[in-house]
Amino acid sequence: MTLARGERMLMRGNEAIGQAALDAGCRAYFGYPITPQNQIPDYMAAHMPEVGGVFLQAESEVAAINMVYGAAAAGVRTMTTSSSPGISLMQEGISYIAQSEVPCVIVNIMRGGSGLGNIAPAQSDYFQAVKGGGHGDYRTLVFAAWSVQELYDLTREAFDIADRYRSPVMVLGDALLGQMMEPIVLPEEVVDPDALPPKPWATDGAKGRPRRIVNSLYIEPLDLERMNRQLQARYDEAAEREVRCATEHLEDAKLALVAYGTAARVGISAIEQARAAGIPAGLFRPISLYPFPNRELARVAEQVDAILVAEMSLGQLVEDVRLAVDGSCPVHLYGRPGGVVPTPAEVVEQIERVMADTRG
Amino acid sequence: MEADTETQVLFERPQAMQPVRMHYCPGCTHGIVHRLLAEVMDEFDLVERSVGVAPVGCAVFAYEYFTCDMLEAAHGRAPAMATGVKRVRPDLFVFAYQGDGDLASIGIAETIHAAARGENISIIFINNAVFGMTGGQMAPTTLPGMRTSTTPEGRDLKLAGNPMRVCELLAALDGPAYLARVAVTNPRRVREAKRAIRRAFQAQLDELGFSLVEVLSTCPTRWGMPPLDALKWLDDNMVPYYPIKEFVVAEGLAEAE
Ligand SMILES: Cc1ncc(C[n+]2csc(CCOP(=O)(O)OP(=O)(O)O)c2C)c(N)n1
Ligand code: SF4
Repeated sequence: MTLARGERMLMRGNEAIGQAALDAGCRAYFGYPITPQNQIPDYMAAHMPEVGGVFLQAESEVAAINMVYGAAAAGVRTMTTSSSPGISLMQEGISYIAQSEVPCVIVNIMRGGSGLGNIAPAQSDYFQAVKGGGHGDYRTLVFAAWSVQELYDLTREAFDIADRYRSPVMVLGDALLGQMMEPIVLPEEVVDPDALPPKPWATDGAKGRPRRIVNSLYIEPLDLERMNRQLQARYDEAAEREVRCATEHLEDAKLALVAYGTAARVGISAIEQARAAGIPAGLFRPISLYPFPNRELARVAEQVDAILVAEMSLGQLVEDVRLAVDGSCPVHLYGRPGGVVPTPAEVVEQIERVMADTRG
Repeated sequence: MEADTETQVLFERPQAMQPVRMHYCPGCTHGIVHRLLAEVMDEFDLVERSVGVAPVGCAVFAYEYFTCDMLEAAHGRAPAMATGVKRVRPDLFVFAYQGDGDLASIGIAETIHAAARGENISIIFINNAVFGMTGGQMAPTTLPGMRTSTTPEGRDLKLAGNPMRVCELLAALDGPAYLARVAVTNPRRVREAKRAIRRAFQAQLDELGFSLVEVLSTCPTRWGMPPLDALKWLDDNMVPYYPIKEFVVAEGLAEAE
């Protein structure tokens, strides 16, 4: 396939994710179809063979994540993608992968929940993504995009971050971001997987070296505690180095709207409308959801009179915002679960309500 | 006869086996099967290019016992994990070692699909008719009427359903290249079991597809029997229900002796 690299082109979000993985040197993809992310496995099935990689449609998400576990343990950059119900099925595997210190990339194109829910855009898997999701004392590093370009950039970078921290990394999008077409510029440079640094822990045959074991079992509590602390030390390091966030119009803002992904897209339109009506509102957009931009948000909280959290879920992101703000300014919630994307006008209404409360 | 001053090694630990004590109960046949697996790995000179997958079950520490690279899977997921390794590194020899709870209960979907795909991996399947590790509960392979901690009055087929014959089930698929059921209850059977493992490995080395050897195995501890009685019980009760034979032998499977 010839892509016009370095030039603006139109691409669908889900396809951008697939191309980002290929460009990052991902050479194994395992997945099970689920709407609204089916263009990703389709894209990988079509294009993974062109780079000599592995595409396999697994019999379930349970199998897919364990195939990821095996392939990634053998040292190959590996990805799976799914949507909310499928990601739930992967949680056992993600817990094992995290405790075994195996890097991989998992994309969740979120849809409405709980249960079978629906296939509309949602952000209801926030807790599941950032708080661990499966059993045990682990986290996944989580990054959320708000455009097709950012889906590409974050997915691509996720492979580097996964390798750096030997951890599963999750990229969050939603039905809207996955399905929509937007202009995107693909970088000229792509990663040659053979040129990546060796992985001195990979189980790829004990030829001329001692055997290696990829394992999450530590029967002695003190050993497991040491491993848990080792993972935590990595998360602490990621909190120093991998925090990402973006701001718009915050310089003179009296109200900060905190939102990520699609909710932030709606949010920026709402802020522009509010500003036109004379309300000094600005946007704080977390991009890394774990590690969360605590320090950056705390600084904003000192500067504004109030924070409004807009999320397409019912009080999930707001908990992390409250932890970061730590009482230094009032935090209000506008949550729309169930696959509802709020309109900018609805968010403006909330901004006006909060401003009125704050003055009163 | 002349006195021979040179000593000759007649029997030693296989290269593929770590020089450590195993944790299995006395008389448990897991240990015999480990040894056979290691001997066959040596015969094919596989240590430096193998990746093994250990299960959740009594063999959970199998990763401590082999000198090749090892992975420890989640309960039942070994065939998926082995698939992941084999797909990205077809040059490696990939095997999984699983019990009947692991392979036939929680992991039956992964087992059937790996077999159906003809995934070029080899599985050693320990059928001891119980969940050993968790205290001797019913397994999918528990015999009708057999007492376990969750079938205290004996397995009632109306209540607990019927046992599964895994080789027969998998033999209905087109993917398997080699399927055999063996036992390790006497020296002749041990030799036959080793031959079956050899053929299963050969199937993978010849890239013929999925191979699985089901080993009827004893669990003296959970069966509540001395080891010798357990061997006899297996021969008398399990062998009639689970016939010992080769179910699938792919055309072109070279006889490696
Ligand atoms: C998800 C999950 N469920 C349950 C268990 C508990 N568990 C551990 S081993 C086992 C059954 C093992 O039986 P089998 O596979 O027959 O192996 P054996 O111990 O008999 O060798 C179970 C249910 C677990 N570890 N993980
Ligand atoms: S409980 Fe049974 S299967 Fe497990 S080690 Fe003991 S005898 Fe072997």
